[in-house]
Amino acid sequence: MTDDVLLTMLIVLPFVGSLLAATFRPNARNSEAWLAGGVALICLFLLVFAYPAIVERGVLRSEAEWIPALGLGFSLRLDGFAWMFALLVTGIGFLVVLYARYYMSPNDPVPRFFSFLLAFMGSMLGIVIAGNLIILLFFWELTGIFSFLLIGYWHHTAGARDGARMALIVTGFGGVALLAGVVLIGQIVGSYDLDQVLASGEAIRSHVLYLPALVLILLGTLTKSAQFPFHIWLPNAMAAPTPVSALLHSATMVKAGVFLLTRLWPVMAGTPEWFWLLGLAGMAALVLGAFFAIFQHDLKGLLAYSTISHLGLITMLLSLGSPLGAVAAIFHMMNHATFKASLFMAAGIIDHETGTRDMRKLGGLFTYMPVTATLAMVASAAMAGVPLLNGFLSKEMFFAEAIETHVHSLLDTSQPYVAVIASTFAVTYSLRFIHSVFFGQKSGDMPRVPHEPPFWMRVPSMFLVLACLVVGIFPAATVGPYLLTAVQSVLGTRTPVFSLAIWHGFNLPLIMSAVALVAGALLYLALKNYLRHSPEGPPVLRHLNGRHLFERGVIVLSLKWSRAAEMALSTRRLQPQLRILLLAAALAALVPISMGSLGLPGPDWRDLDPALALVWLAGAGCAIGAAHQAKYHRLVALVLLGGAGLATCITFAWFSAPDLALTQLLVEIVTTILILLGLRWLPKRFEQITTEEDPSRRRLRRSRDLAIAFVVGAGMATLAYAVMVLPMPETVGSYFLERAYTEGGGRNVVNVTLVDFRGFDTLGEITVLAAVALTIFALLRRFRPAPDNVGSPLQQRRQNAFDEAEPDRKAGDTLGDYLLVPSVIMKWLFPVIIVLAIYLFLRGHDLPGGGFAAGITLATAFILQYLASGTTWVEDRLRILPVNWIGLSLLLAAMTGMASWLFGYPFLTSHSQYVELPLIGAVPAATALFFDLGVFGLVVGATVLMLIALAHQSVRKLRASRTTTAQAVREEA
Amino acid sequence: MALLLALSIGILAGSGVWLLLRPRTYQVVIGLSLCAFAVNLFIFSMGRLRSGAPPILASTTGTLAGYADPVPQALVLTAIVIGFATTALLLVVLLAARGFTGTDHVDGQER
Repeated sequence: MTDDVLLTMLIVLPFVGSLLAATFRPNARNSEAWLAGGVALICLFLLVFAYPAIVERGVLRSEAEWIPALGLGFSLRLDGFAWMFALLVTGIGFLVVLYARYYMSPNDPVPRFFSFLLAFMGSMLGIVIAGNLIILLFFWELTGIFSFLLIGYWHHTAGARDGARMALIVTGFGGVALLAGVVLIGQIVGSYDLDQVLASGEAIRSHVLYLPALVLILLGTLTKSAQFPFHIWLPNAMAAPTPVSALLHSATMVKAGVFLLTRLWPVMAGTPEWFWLLGLAGMAALVLGAFFAIFQHDLKGLLAYSTISHLGLITMLLSLGSPLGAVAAIFHMMNHATFKASLFMAAGIIDHETGTRDMRKLGGLFTYMPVTATLAMVASAAMAGVPLLNGFLSKEMFFAEAIETHVHSLLDTSQPYVAVIASTFAVTYSLRFIHSVFFGQKSGDMPRVPHEPPFWMRVPSMFLVLACLVVGIFPAATVGPYLLTAVQSVLGTRTPVFSLAIWHGFNLPLIMSAVALVAGALLYLALKNYLRHSPEGPPVLRHLNGRHLFERGVIVLSLKWSRAAEMALSTRRLQPQLRILLLAAALAALVPISMGSLGLPGPDWRDLDPALALVWLAGAGCAIGAAHQAKYHRLVALVLLGGAGLATCITFAWFSAPDLALTQLLVEIVTTILILLGLRWLPKRFEQITTEEDPSRRRLRRSRDLAIAFVVGAGMATLAYAVMVLPMPETVGSYFLERAYTEGGGRNVVNVTLVDFRGFDTLGEITVLAAVALTIFALLRRFRPAPDNVGSPLQQRRQNAFDEAEPDRKAGDTLGDYLLVPSVIMKWLFPVIIVLAIYLFLRGHDLPGGGFAAGITLATAFILQYLASGTTWVEDRLRILPVNWIGLSLLLAAMTGMASWLFGYPFLTSHSQYVELPLIGAVPAATALFFDLGVFGLVVGATVLMLIALAHQSVRKLRASRTTTAQAVREEA
Repeated sequence: MALLLALSIGILAGSGVWLLLRPRTYQVVIGLSLCAFAVNLFIFSMGRLRSGAPPILASTTGTLAGYADPVPQALVLTAIVIGFATTALLLVVLLAARGFTGTDHVDGQER
């Protein structure tokens, strides 16, 4: 297998698995577990398979082109350190999947869980084997997103939602800082490639931008690894299902921060800035985390703070800048992952079996679950650093490093004491974890009577505990060579000589360990009774609740301040917004005009045609009239709007645009029908009613709007005039004119442009049309009119009352009578209009017409039948099915486009020739005709659907809107 | 002729804008339609005004100087149809809003 295939598979497999997992049934726990476990195992085998090559060659690489213009490649690289981390991700990932199979309840929708878990695994592998800082960052953000989704898995609980949000905000903030830091590094090095970055350590450390880059990168890594003061998100992330806590929030994701620090250690470490910033952050997390952990009552809370403390230990080791410190850090990452994942699993089992994680309620569980208890005790001992376990080894290395002097300072001198204190706390909370849960009094408080979990639920924990023991007893024989490979890949030639052995003689670190063990045990004895009854959190400091502070901050920032800014700077009312918008546009247009005179030539009165002038005299009158009448006389305004539209239509015809004139005329018809249908649902408005508003203010408001309207109108007129009197430059128009016949096979250049040259645009436009029609249809299905519109209109009621009063008439007769003549004509016209539509459609390629015009014509034919005879009459006789028209036509248009692929041409290439039809003669028959047929059918379907959906509201049995705000206001009053 | 059309565009746009600034939804619908006329005419006039020169090829040979620019026409043609669709959508949304809020004020409540 080549490196390319191997590395790509490592990243791709989990994501493919994630997509697959999402498709399973909600209760498919077994098949989900098989799938996820299988993916993790395959990745694990791939890694095992790759190990000899890594030992031999050092680094496996894979390069693919990504954005060559920016010098970015999709490069992956797997060296010893990445290998060890990837093994951790897939190995613990596999165990967690197995565990989760039994942990998740049958009621939990598992596809979501396993899908996210696999995607997380893929993202984490992405971070680990990225060969490029930008790719690393991409996967870094992905882990943050999947962590958010997994913490919020039980999104019905507020804790899960809050915890997820907090984690996302904190780590997302860090991610942005990291991005900036990485960009700085890229600027310094001139490349984002990891190999090149690692080769330019000297350049980075001596650069002026070193400190900003360092601070930004530390912000990113410390937030991810939950270091003080960004640690607050980790305890709240414990709302996640326990398998997630075991994998993400102890073993892998939180280690991404220290992973990156280790990655960049060779190039960034060793400076005083690095020592101080990282050292202080690590020390704070180490001590405070351990101290807080003692006072947690939630098992997972204790483990979370302990994780913060252990990550602080790793950070502190990295801060020292000595190679042996880095070795200890890498070693401790592995050790911590094994015992902490196992402890989380134990906590999950206890929660699962007893129904609580509160240590005050638990007790004496050893008799119920001896196996689980033994496993947890061994893992806890590893956490406390008891000899013969892996935690002891890395802790000894830590002590040995702490007593060395690195940088002469108070921080360095205090390290041994701090290390012992933190270690003492670690012993105390480890003891508490074991003693309060498994020993002491049996508690009567437990929600369920506990028993041992299923065997396979214990297996993952067992395996991890076994690893703790084996590594702890035979370190050099088991983990030694792998650790050496990992260390060499980070430190290269600076790799120190280190020995992994339990017994280094009777030395200072051993004494420190002994002191910590004894002091920790004594501290636990002293605190035992206090902890049984104390409230959550450490004494005094418990009032300094990080979570509350964070949430207050979020509320102040995102709600109070933004609301205040909105109140101060903006408005929710439409009219002021529009006014500002229009004034801004007018001002923007004034700038170029004021900068230089436009130099407009005077109007040429000779070419003024009095006929068109008269048309526009009427048109302008109609426009102003419509503006004046639209409030109180809606029908009049609609008629006047039609007048203005007609003037527009004549103008199109006048100035050589027959297609536009035709379309405008037809659209005028359907628009008028549409608005007429809408009029019925609007409230009555009478001129007599006046508001309480002060008349002078009203006048001021109206004159201001009038001024704005005048300015905009005058501006538009000036702009239009200025363009029209300029000479016409060469445009793309001549290109279309030249090729319309030779390449598009049509004489009507506008139509050829629409269905051939710019066919893709048209496809987009008809898709919009379809979407709008369906939206209208959907909106009207749940239409609730205002209460005053529910009954029939007054005129209809009067007519029906008259009809019912007469013995020989029935309701609706009066209407039928006075519409008799028009309705007969409209019925007769039905076939005529259909023929007209077909005619317009067929000639469209050569003469004015085409799919748009023909479509609206046919739609009008249908609508006229509705107008003539009423909805019920038409629908008894004619089934139009506009939604099918829309769907099939869109399909036809798209398929016509795709058909050109069959002949090896790009999408929507057309072929044209003339076809001789009997009786009719030569007809242009381009393949674009099929496309135009799609346009035609879609316009018919969309127009009919919109109008009929609106028309149906009058015959539906409507319910009024339940409580309208108007009613509510009235009731309140 | 240019002045006539420019003035017409100005009047259509001015009337439309006046209506856009009114408080009643129906006024806004009519105003947007008037604005659509103005904008369509404006885009159309970018191809300059010529009478008797529709872009319909009379013969397959000859100069192209005798034809109007087809591009603005093609743009405006689809704009007219889409304009109808968006007017319909706006109208229906406003009708639904009137049902929900009980008022036809653009802000959903009387001021």
